[in-house]
Amino acid sequence: MRHNAVYTPYHPRWHRTRVSTYWWLGRWSYFLFILRELSSIFVAWVVIYLLVLVAAVSKSAVRYQQFLDWSRNPFMLSLNILSLLFIVLHAVTWFNLAPQAMVVHVGGRRLPGSLIAISNYAGLVAVSIVILGLLLIRW
Amino acid sequence: MYARRPIEPLLWLFFSAGGVMAALFFPAILFLFGIAFPLGWLAPPNYDHLLAVVSHPLTRLVLLGVCSLSLFHWAHRFRYTLYDGLQIKHLNESINAICYGGAVLGTLTAAYLLWKVP
Amino acid sequence: MSDHITLHVARYRPEKASETTFDAFELPCPKEWVVLDGLNHIKDRMDGTLSYRWSCRMGICGSCGMLVNGEPKLACATFLSDYAPGPVRVEPLRNFPVIRDLVVEMGDFMSKLTRIKPWIVRQVEKPLSDGEYRQTPGELDEYKQFSMCINCMLCYSACPIYGLDPHFIGPAAIALAQRYNLDSRDEGAAERMQILSEHDGIWGCTFVGECTKVCPKHVDPAGAIQRYKLQSAVEWVKAFVLPRAAQ
Ligand code: SF4
Ligand code: FES
Repeated sequence: MRHNAVYTPYHPRWHRTRVSTYWWLGRWSYFLFILRELSSIFVAWVVIYLLVLVAAVSKSAVRYQQFLDWSRNPFMLSLNILSLLFIVLHAVTWFNLAPQAMVVHVGGRRLPGSLIAISNYAGLVAVSIVILGLLLIRW
Repeated sequence: MYARRPIEPLLWLFFSAGGVMAALFFPAILFLFGIAFPLGWLAPPNYDHLLAVVSHPLTRLVLLGVCSLSLFHWAHRFRYTLYDGLQIKHLNESINAICYGGAVLGTLTAAYLLWKVP
Repeated sequence: MSDHITLHVARYRPEKASETTFDAFELPCPKEWVVLDGLNHIKDRMDGTLSYRWSCRMGICGSCGMLVNGEPKLACATFLSDYAPGPVRVEPLRNFPVIRDLVVEMGDFMSKLTRIKPWIVRQVEKPLSDGEYRQTPGELDEYKQFSMCINCMLCYSACPIYGLDPHFIGPAAIALAQRYNLDSRDEGAAERMQILSEHDGIWGCTFVGECTKVCPKHVDPAGAIQRYKLQSAVEWVKAFVLPRAAQ
């Protein structure tokens, strides 16, 4: 047997099937996987949106107002609603899968995966509160 | 033998860190600026207030980190989505260049914009 | 509930046809019958030419993996009555070349398995007179989950990445590498890392997670692969920060 053997190309009696380019349409779990991967596009979009905001704010109050008006136009609004759905999908899948990738030992004992997931969500709540506080409360 | 890719662990580390950043920061930010403010559910912060928040050095640093890592997150994930979803592995080089190049360019842009905040 | 069930069984007979066809068999369906019982019934009473693999009929040998209604399953651990009144589609495992009927070629998996050195590696073997290598129950728990693998290849069949790129070393092989890495008696982690940190090793995986879902032994190969990535990344950083110490 060859050491890094993938199948020998010539073996006429074997029946081989090829994976379709649209394999991810065939099963719900595969489709969900592709949606999860596509959420990355919306992550990139949020970065762009955020940078546009930063650029507007650093220019002038007028530019900031223009940004706010722009964000109200129906196209931007629908895009952002869609983006939020994908961002939430990203966050939920990310936090839920994290325990599989991470094994944390505390005092020689392995922490249960649910605890890791819960602490992730706690982190999300904490960060969200800080952001809301910074932006909404006058100080 | 296969080509060694000593850089792969680093890219994955950025991908992971970016995934965490996006998951932690973006739901709130996008909800506010993308939906709640435009729809009038909440009043947007006034200009001086927002400027004060953004121009704080700590905010700028955090924003730079979040933006840059999130872009690397995008680059890595999108690259593999193209590989697997469309089976275009033969366009390898150009996909890599576009994805990671885009992330580097985005990081530089973010650094510039955040630097320019008064 | 009906007491009969129809099985649509994939047939591939290279001497007769170059494509797979389906034969329908109408079977009795007592509630204790698994898919394998159905296949044995067919082979004994209806069509003796049907080919498939099995041995232990109790989920240990790992030879009866096949697709039941498109899902990778152990034929000996999948109850027919769960699918009543049918029809049930039985096909060979996906992502492998088919030799005949439900029998797939598994040489690729076997050679991948040996590549990751699934045995305890010692830099220096200690002499027999020094006694056995001892291990605490806690140390056993570290890797026990990964040692449950029965090499049934259901995870390979569920993995779209393996289907797309047969060079990908795949879920079970990586989980087994982790099984030995996490064993307190083993010293081969560095050698395995060499093999698995190549592009066709762990990095091809995009955490689809299907391997973990279909695994009949709850091995969680997807988790093993992600943990491996994390470990590899941490080592990369260590080698970068402390180039000397890593050598
Ligand atoms: S990891 Fe699970 S599904 Fe994969 S070969 Fe082992 S027992 Fe079978
Ligand atoms: S016959 Fe042994 S695992 Fe099914």
